[in-house]
Amino acid sequence: MTPIVRRHGATLAGFAAVAVALFAVAPSVLSTFRLSLLGQFVCFAMVAVGIGLAWGRGGMLTLGQGVYFGLGAYVMAMHMKLDDAGPGGVPDFMQLYGNGEVPLWWEPFRSPVITLVAVAAIPAAVAFVLGWAIFRRGVRGAYFAILSQALAAAFAILLIGQQATTGGTNGLNGFRSFFGYDLFDPVNKRMLFFIASGALLLMLLAAWQLYRSRYGELLVAVRDQEQRVRFLGYDPALVKTVAYVIAAVMAGIGGALFVPIAGIVSPDDVGVVPSIGFLIGVAIGGRATLFGPALGALIVAWAETSLSESFPSMWTYFQGVLFVVVVAFLPRGFASVSALWRRRPTPATEPAPQRQEATV
Amino acid sequence: MSMTADYLELSDVRVEFDGFRAVDGVSLTVLQGDLRFLIGPNGAGKTTLVDAITGLARAAGSIRFGRTELLGRKAHRIARLGVGRTFQTASVFEDLSVLQNLDIAAGAERGPVTMLRARGRTPERIDETLETVGLTAHRDLKAGTLSHGQKQWLEIGMLLVRDARVLLLDEPVAGMSGEERTRTGELLRRVGADRTVVVVEHDMDFMRSFADSVTVLHAGSVLSEGSVAEVQSDPRVQEVYLGTAPTDAANDSDEAVA
Ligand SMILES: Nc1ncnc2c1ncn2[C@@H]1O[C@H](COP(=O)(O)OP(=O)(O)O)[C@@H](O)[C@H]1O
Ligand SMILES: [Mg+2]
Repeated sequence: MTPIVRRHGATLAGFAAVAVALFAVAPSVLSTFRLSLLGQFVCFAMVAVGIGLAWGRGGMLTLGQGVYFGLGAYVMAMHMKLDDAGPGGVPDFMQLYGNGEVPLWWEPFRSPVITLVAVAAIPAAVAFVLGWAIFRRGVRGAYFAILSQALAAAFAILLIGQQATTGGTNGLNGFRSFFGYDLFDPVNKRMLFFIASGALLLMLLAAWQLYRSRYGELLVAVRDQEQRVRFLGYDPALVKTVAYVIAAVMAGIGGALFVPIAGIVSPDDVGVVPSIGFLIGVAIGGRATLFGPALGALIVAWAETSLSESFPSMWTYFQGVLFVVVVAFLPRGFASVSALWRRRPTPATEPAPQRQEATV
Repeated sequence: MSMTADYLELSDVRVEFDGFRAVDGVSLTVLQGDLRFLIGPNGAGKTTLVDAITGLARAAGSIRFGRTELLGRKAHRIARLGVGRTFQTASVFEDLSVLQNLDIAAGAERGPVTMLRARGRTPERIDETLETVGLTAHRDLKAGTLSHGQKQWLEIGMLLVRDARVLLLDEPVAGMSGEERTRTGELLRRVGADRTVVVVEHDMDFMRSFADSVTVLHAGSVLSEGSVAEVQSDPRVQEVYLGTAPTDAANDSDEAVA
């Protein structure tokens, strides 16, 4: 066996399992409709991988990832609307609610290349500016959580207010094609699912490399002892901003792929409620583990859909109870249950001696 | 590195908290190779002085390391200039191994590419440091499982591994057993020979055994300074520590002090 297989056998097996489940099992057992649904959840899972990095490893309680999901989603949706309208054309809803003209800031998104770049670059830029400003001032913990949540709320309100340019409460929908591919063709729907699954796998691989890297170790150090890291010559604000930006990019890509799969993006997908929803999946799956956040997001989204199909009003309560149970009894999520089983005896160490106060 | 010896020079350093002067006009000079102890009763301002030097507390006056003014710089910049500190309560990264702790300490100058890769072979500097602080056998243990004394050694190791030129140690032997104290003192003597070291300490026995020179801080100001013997025979020091000037000052044991 090569050293990498020996040392990382369990992780590699995890990747293989995710790949088989997404690329072989799911497409053969699920209907086109269900597969599309799973594709949407896969997009949520991408957001979750980013939250696992920022929150699980970096300790930043990111309660506003809907913003970055939404930025990616709206960029993609604007492109698809313009694409459907044809060269120089005006999207249908603008003729309905607006003055029948495409606003200037929409124009760049006619270009597929600019769109693809912007899907990652706009969330990255926003996250960098915000993150740097916030972390440099030492804003942490609950203050950061509240701030990021307020951001999500403000973003949703902004979108709702701009009906003529963002579709308002309805959001953007009614897409017919995705970079020239007909969205009503089941083959293309399947292709979109594979693209999303591939993107999720790549993000998991990226997260794995980050966790193994020196940066990953430093991020944990910043999470646990920010002050100490500072006195070793690092700028903790920079360390945290990097993780925050990566998480935003993952959320942006998830949002961008969500749009063609779901066929709609609206303020309901980006505000406070979905932002908290992302976090709950991560908490349940195990925020500091590699696969936990993505699995948690998939499971929670799946449970939400099944439960709300049968008991429409129950889901919110169920989600709340689940969250409380996990936070209270399994702070590391369900992933820690398996860790308990596998727990090997740690090398014997002397207990730390009591601090003597004799000299005071 | 410069050929001339390093030194740390504080002049008229003041730190205020809402009008309260925790450090009130401290001037002192510490030379390389001179193991300096900073003592004084609780609340004298020792920790605040270390905070001022390392950029944690906002201060007035002047704090120079060689020719470089430290005041006004950000904490991580001061650290990069070679000024390292430990904290009164051991603050290692408990979730990381001893090796990872040292590797992080060694790496503030690493570029992005190195940072994004996993560590390959253990850097030689880290092996040497593990040897110096006596933690070679514990390198793969989580730092959180170390004893209190071992954590303090790891903290000192984290300064050595990045070759800090100034070491500011805030009560490094508090809570240590007698044997651990002796080992710590010997370690400080060894690493202090070519560094500028300030040890904040309460323990008089420890100070007597290892200090080259002593500065006594009281109510934010320097009360006395000199060799161990000079400071101990200073009636003002005896007054601060014991309320009166005792006749048997030499007999006071560590629990009577501070
Ligand atoms: N952040 C702070 N805000 C207000 N007062 C402080 C702060 N830090 C320290 N002090 C006060 O400054 C004085 C010196 O404290 P400190 O430097 O911790 O003393 P020492 O380390 O010598 O025991 C004490 O009276 C303490 O209460
Ligand atoms: Mg103190």
